[in-house]
Amino acid sequence: MDPISFIVEPLQYSFMLKAVIVSSVVGAACAILSCFLILKGWSLLGDAISHAVLPGVVLAYLLGIPFGLGAFVFAMLAVVLIGLIKDTTKIKEDAVMGIVFTTFFALGLMLISKIVSSVDLTHVLFGEVLGISNESAWLTSLILTLAAAVILLFRRTFLVFCFDTTHAQSVGLPIPFIHYAFLVLLAVIITGSIQTVGIILVIAMLITPGSTAFLLTKHFPSMLQIAVVVSVFSSLAGAYASYYYDISTGGTIVFLQGLIFLTVFGYQSLYKKSTPSVPAPVK
Amino acid sequence: MQTAIELKNVNVHYGDKPALNDASISIPYHTFTGVIGMNGAGKSTLFKVIMGLVKPDSGSVLICGDHPKTAQKHGHVAYVPQTELVDWDFPVSVFDVVMMGRIGTQNIFKTPTAVDREAVDNALAQVKMAEFKARQIGELSGGQKKRVFVARALAQGADILLLDEPFAGLDAVSEKSLIELLVALKDQGKTVILATHDLMSLPDTCDRVALIKHTVIAYGPLKEVFTEEKVSQTFDGLLQHIKFN
Repeated sequence: MDPISFIVEPLQYSFMLKAVIVSSVVGAACAILSCFLILKGWSLLGDAISHAVLPGVVLAYLLGIPFGLGAFVFAMLAVVLIGLIKDTTKIKEDAVMGIVFTTFFALGLMLISKIVSSVDLTHVLFGEVLGISNESAWLTSLILTLAAAVILLFRRTFLVFCFDTTHAQSVGLPIPFIHYAFLVLLAVIITGSIQTVGIILVIAMLITPGSTAFLLTKHFPSMLQIAVVVSVFSSLAGAYASYYYDISTGGTIVFLQGLIFLTVFGYQSLYKKSTPSVPAPVK
Repeated sequence: MQTAIELKNVNVHYGDKPALNDASISIPYHTFTGVIGMNGAGKSTLFKVIMGLVKPDSGSVLICGDHPKTAQKHGHVAYVPQTELVDWDFPVSVFDVVMMGRIGTQNIFKTPTAVDREAVDNALAQVKMAEFKARQIGELSGGQKKRVFVARALAQGADILLLDEPFAGLDAVSEKSLIELLVALKDQGKTVILATHDLMSLPDTCDRVALIKHTVIAYGPLKEVFTEEKVSQTFDGLLQHIKFN
């Protein structure tokens, strides 16, 4: 089969067309967020939130409401609970996150084992983009596009927030509001991506593309572009791998992203002695 | 004359811990003040109060005659962070960082205008960093890194510059050159305030000194305040090799 029909032919099936569109949007939105998330040093928080949504998904299934809604509610519950415990006790933040997200995830497992079939469990945990319904395909794409657009429109504010909160606050930027807006966007993007890559692996989508791009550039706009290209490419490859070879979409996407990261890392370790940084002479 | 910074009977507690106790200080415009005290003596809290980041439990604060929140909106106060608190790998250039000084006055999307770019270029020229504007911030020497943040304060249009441990990690040449820059800014009308726990690095070009130990022990001209008795009180008597005037 020639490469063009390899790519185009599956698109005549609406389920594959949907999968390709949703995967690309998921890949792009996660990539954009990942650049900010890794610079802010909040990767672990992303991991915590993505695990904490499980009970929300199961309860939504029970109540017959969109599972994204349940996921989002539990994501925000986890964020608020982590913030509350961290601010009012002497427990360090990483420990607090570990306790909260494992408790939520465990609750989700208890619920799921009682009420949902194992097929559904697999989909929630590991993602299944080929089976996505029309309704959730459109909703997911719309919400993720909006979230990504908000991040891009306010990228300069978020970048200052990541780089120097003290300065931002000292010139009157509403830091608590920006902080929570960023957390809400994180929760929205995690929720929207679960259908494609699953709860377990979504965190990779939020760390790896940005990290790969960060290895390759010192220029933030380039970092955004590289992350999006790497992530969308991996996402599309994931969708096609599922179609042709019946391999897990989420697995393929995340494995490819990791492989690209390791390739870049390996190349840089071998050929460039890290990034040359020669201090300029003192004037 | 109106003063740049006016604190009256300011109290700040973190939980049960008092950080500043009945602190009062009145810093005039057009001065170069060295704030000295041990680590944990309340220097950072004092700076945070001036920047409007910490609201005192009691007492009054006026910055350029305004409430601290109003002063924030006007960008009256700029902060030059400690070198070790900055992520030098961050993918931003010298120009980008100085542009962050403009963020308080920009539109909601923080789109740089021609006026902003001109302000950034002027600020970079003033600290003699124009030729490095495209460099990623990690690719600079220690002294140059400090100058970038001073330029950000200038681009902001701040009247008051706060510098936290600005000489930490600098070699003697960079330190001297940074002090010259700060003195020049004071001569142009800025109010420069630097905090340090290191007595040896207090520049003799400071025209005023504030001694801090959970309150303002003393504040005034270098010659009056920098006495063995007062400094010894500030540093719990742990003084070695210091020459007093």
